[in-house]
Amino acid sequence: MEPTDTADPEYFHKVVDCQFACPAHTPVPLYIRMIAQQKYTDAYLVNWESNVFPGVLGRTCDRPCEPACRRGRVEEEPVAICRLKRVAADFKEDVADSLPKAGPPNGKKVALIGAGPSSLTVARDLAPLGYELHVYDAESKGGGFMRSQIPSFRLPESVLDEEVGYVLDMGIKAHFNSYIDSMADFLTKGYDAIFVGSGAPRGRDLPNLPGREEADANIHIGIDWLANVAFNHTDKIGKKVIVLGGGNTAMDCCRTSRRLGGKEVNVIVRSPYADMKASPWEKEDAIHEGIPIVDNHVPREFVLKEGKLVGMKFDIVEAIYHDDGRRELVPTGDEPAFFPCDDVLIAIGQENAFPWIESDTGINFSSWGLPVLDPETLQSTLPEVFFGGDAAFGPENIITAVAHGHKAAVSIDLFCQDKNLSQRPAPYVNLVSQKMGIHEWSYDSAPVDDKREAVPLVELKAALKDRALEVELGFDAETAFIQAERCLNCDAQTVFTPGNCIECDACADICPTSCINFIENGTEADLRSRLMVPANNDEQDIYVSDKLETGRVLVKDEDVCLHCGLCAERCPTAAWDMQMFLYNVTKATPDLVDIK
Amino acid sequence: MSYIKPKFRHPNLPTNALGFTVADYDGAISTLCAGCGHDSISAAIQNACFLSAIPPHRIAKLSGIGCSSKMPTYFLGKSHGFNSVHGRMPSVATGASLANRELTYIGVSGDGDTASIGMGQFVHLIRRNVNMAYIVANNGCYGLTKGQDSATADLGSVSKYGSTNPFDGIDLASLALLQGAGFVGRSFSGDKEQLEPLIRAAMAHKGFAFIDVVSPCVTFNNHLGSTKSYTETREHLDSMPLDFVPMREEISTHYDAGTTQGVTLHDGSVIHLHKASSDYQTDDRNAAMISVQNAKDEGRILTGLLYLDPNSQNLDQNLKLATKPLNEMGKDELCPGSRVLNSINEGLR
Ligand SMILES: Cc1cc2nc3c(=O)[nH]c(=O)nc-3n(C[C@H](O)[C@H](O)[C@H](O)COP(=O)(O)OP(=O)(O)OC[C@H]3O[C@@H](n4cnc5c(N)ncnc54)[C@H](O)[C@@H]3O)c2cc1C
Ligand SMILES: Cc1ncc(C[n+]2csc(CCOP(=O)(O)OP(=O)(O)O)c2C)c(N)n1
Ligand code: SF4
Ligand code: SF4
Ligand code: SF4
Ligand SMILES: [Mg+2]
Repeated sequence: MEPTDTADPEYFHKVVDCQFACPAHTPVPLYIRMIAQQKYTDAYLVNWESNVFPGVLGRTCDRPCEPACRRGRVEEEPVAICRLKRVAADFKEDVADSLPKAGPPNGKKVALIGAGPSSLTVARDLAPLGYELHVYDAESKGGGFMRSQIPSFRLPESVLDEEVGYVLDMGIKAHFNSYIDSMADFLTKGYDAIFVGSGAPRGRDLPNLPGREEADANIHIGIDWLANVAFNHTDKIGKKVIVLGGGNTAMDCCRTSRRLGGKEVNVIVRSPYADMKASPWEKEDAIHEGIPIVDNHVPREFVLKEGKLVGMKFDIVEAIYHDDGRRELVPTGDEPAFFPCDDVLIAIGQENAFPWIESDTGINFSSWGLPVLDPETLQSTLPEVFFGGDAAFGPENIITAVAHGHKAAVSIDLFCQDKNLSQRPAPYVNLVSQKMGIHEWSYDSAPVDDKREAVPLVELKAALKDRALEVELGFDAETAFIQAERCLNCDAQTVFTPGNCIECDACADICPTSCINFIENGTEADLRSRLMVPANNDEQDIYVSDKLETGRVLVKDEDVCLHCGLCAERCPTAAWDMQMFLYNVTKATPDLVDIK
Repeated sequence: MSYIKPKFRHPNLPTNALGFTVADYDGAISTLCAGCGHDSISAAIQNACFLSAIPPHRIAKLSGIGCSSKMPTYFLGKSHGFNSVHGRMPSVATGASLANRELTYIGVSGDGDTASIGMGQFVHLIRRNVNMAYIVANNGCYGLTKGQDSATADLGSVSKYGSTNPFDGIDLASLALLQGAGFVGRSFSGDKEQLEPLIRAAMAHKGFAFIDVVSPCVTFNNHLGSTKSYTETREHLDSMPLDFVPMREEISTHYDAGTTQGVTLHDGSVIHLHKASSDYQTDDRNAAMISVQNAKDEGRILTGLLYLDPNSQNLDQNLKLATKPLNEMGKDELCPGSRVLNSINEGLR
């Protein structure tokens, strides 16, 4: 293999598993260290710069970072990254003065359709540059699905108001209660660029299931029903509720039902429990609230008595997994199962829908109903129109919407300056030695053994009485410290200088997780197979040094490196050094906040 | 601040025939200087015991005084150990091996501990053929007492303080050959591929097995002018690579085209010498002495298995000692009483 080029920031970026997995590339270990040092405000600002909604995300994020966390590969559970983010939000001081203000006007006008996380991110990233920003939303307040869909018992309204406010306070012109019904008209309004962040607002139905039409009064589309609850148009539901679907929307529907009078709430899902789309923790939360999840049941019909919905019938299936990865749900032949109910919530998925974008605007759509976009710039086939969030590639989550927002803001800024959209500014990176003494580093290098702890919850009875009462209490400062210390500091990079190495083997001998090898060079597959412990995790890179004096190379498998610094401590020649790596993803405004 | 070895290990660490991983053979974290050759030898011993699947509690580590003699603390934390006084490890080892011949004995010593203060004990250990692996971590100096020349320092080698050694060094491998050791090897701490199988073979050998390991002292003997630095040693190495195949794997093992010569040990395990050393005769003591001497004359360090007599009679066999360890015998066996004494006395009349 050719020697690894660590001058390319993407190499070390990938080593920081959590940050790399985060769509917005939040510098996770950096803010976790700040929490351990009780610098909550700084931790908040680091988050705010990257993901705009730390308080929201610290409670609701889909947390792709956690399955990626290296700690999950050396022990049972990853670092509680998401809930530590909430700690930063909970314990911070007033940040208003640290946040950027709108810049002096630059004469350009940008419109944002939808006030969800993607649009708000675009607005925040562009405001300091002096753009005149107009946000349009059909709802009465900003936040998009964060407000209309995510129940208050998971995300208190005050948290959302605060963080949506930080953005709108940057001189954004908000036009609420304004549904845009014609893109053709809108294009004539003289905006230099338009960002479409209108989400994926249509909930799937079961139009052909027998009894659907007749029982319509007691059948609700999950996302519409949740929005009605959020905006206080709905405040009760029948005693017996069936929630159809196995995703996070189904989990929010069933838990909300329990709070609006549902006593017997069943989630009924086609697939096996393990295959359900909902995050494991959302399933656990539902079960904790006394909601059974019935799997392998396919809806067969709505059952009515005297014109009123009384229950549903289901075919019972089992999943067969074929060699090519295909899954088939095969009827078991059992009698269909009957579940009584007063109401049914259908939460079986969402779709994109752009009834307000006419076909002759120059904005092209694929056969899937999604806009045709350049994935790098998010530009549509009409050059001044950009898409992001759920509107771009279908339903995802808040953090993906934020990531799209950063990207789109960069594109819009380049577009408005008549610059090439493909020549994007580089990310901000830094690499600094952490050496303080022979056995001393300026980060807590020794990995601790503490286990992950769950966030404490309010008492169940109280929770079910009040749909606005937040269920999770958050970590206290002491627990937060212990949980923060579990972070392995994967941004403390092992930086190797081949010219210094005398091949004494000290680093290879001390490395607790057998990462370091001195061997003859070969192809990547060959090298991976010849390591002390073969490097079977292809998602993780192996580092290969220049040729050493004996003709061998040093190969380090990044997979389970603990970033403990022992290699560097045991190296007599400082051929290894631990260097702190900072990676700040490209944004339209590079230095949004000033962190001491 | 560390000096704490984290508990986490690679989740895919291989296991040996006992189901142990190499981490089960760990010791305390080393307090030797960073980069000391001795740590590499520790790692090689640890890995050798793991690979040979010796239960850690069936091993006894013995040492004298010196940085090298501190090594046993840093491997096999679950084994028996005795850190004796300077140069006196051989008598402790002799006693231990007489008391319980079933343990695997690993002696770890230094060039000071063996070739100076412990020389008298050392030669008697060879003469008696005590069943043990005796490893000298040879750095040509007294590391622990700040780098004075030891008795193995080569003639003309320059000490860290600038003085040139006026004496010829003692070559411990030649001495062991001359004294009749049944297993004599030499290696280099920086060549684990050779050192590990050599240690495994030494542990399998049923008699005294000696390995002289050049082990650079990074702090006091790794400078220009030293003949036992990393660079100097690597430049003058004349290495005869080898493999060790334990008895239970022997039947199913295929040897690469490179390995030609196989030497079978008493327990059925086999040492394979690679092609590079195929014309070397491990069973000829005189030839071995000449080869070592010739290499030395050419300024080369000959490493590998220098001599092996798999059938040498060890102390236990020679003295026809009880096969059962003393700690497994009951009072009646250990002290058979006056009737037996009388009958012995009768026999002498
Ligand atoms: C029940 C439910 C729970 C969820 N829970 C989570 C969670 O816990 N964590 C998570 O990360 N994600 C969650 N999501 C997904 C997340 O809410 C979305 O992925 C995210 O909000 C998408 O952001 P966006 O910027 O694309 O716009 P959205 O948040 O979808 O907002 C779009 C906005 O555009 C407005 N709009 C649409 N069309 C027009 C128009 N023509 N004119 C004017 N305004 C218009 C809408 O009124 C809406 O306010 C959940 C989704 C659902 C349905
Ligand atoms: C009886 C006695 N004499 C002298 C000493 C001082 N002393 C300690 S270590 C040592 C030399 C050790 O040299 P070596 O065996 O080569 O070990 P190294 O430290 O080089 O590995 C000496 C002379 C001692 N501890 N005890
Ligand atoms: S920091 Fe060095 S010693 Fe620690 S796990 Fe990583 S490679 Fe091994
Ligand atoms: S400890 Fe340092 S000098 Fe020794 S092998 Fe490792 S990198 Fe090279
Ligand atoms: S003084 Fe020399 S022999 Fe002792 S630990 Fe340091 S490097 Fe090793
Ligand atoms: Mg010495």
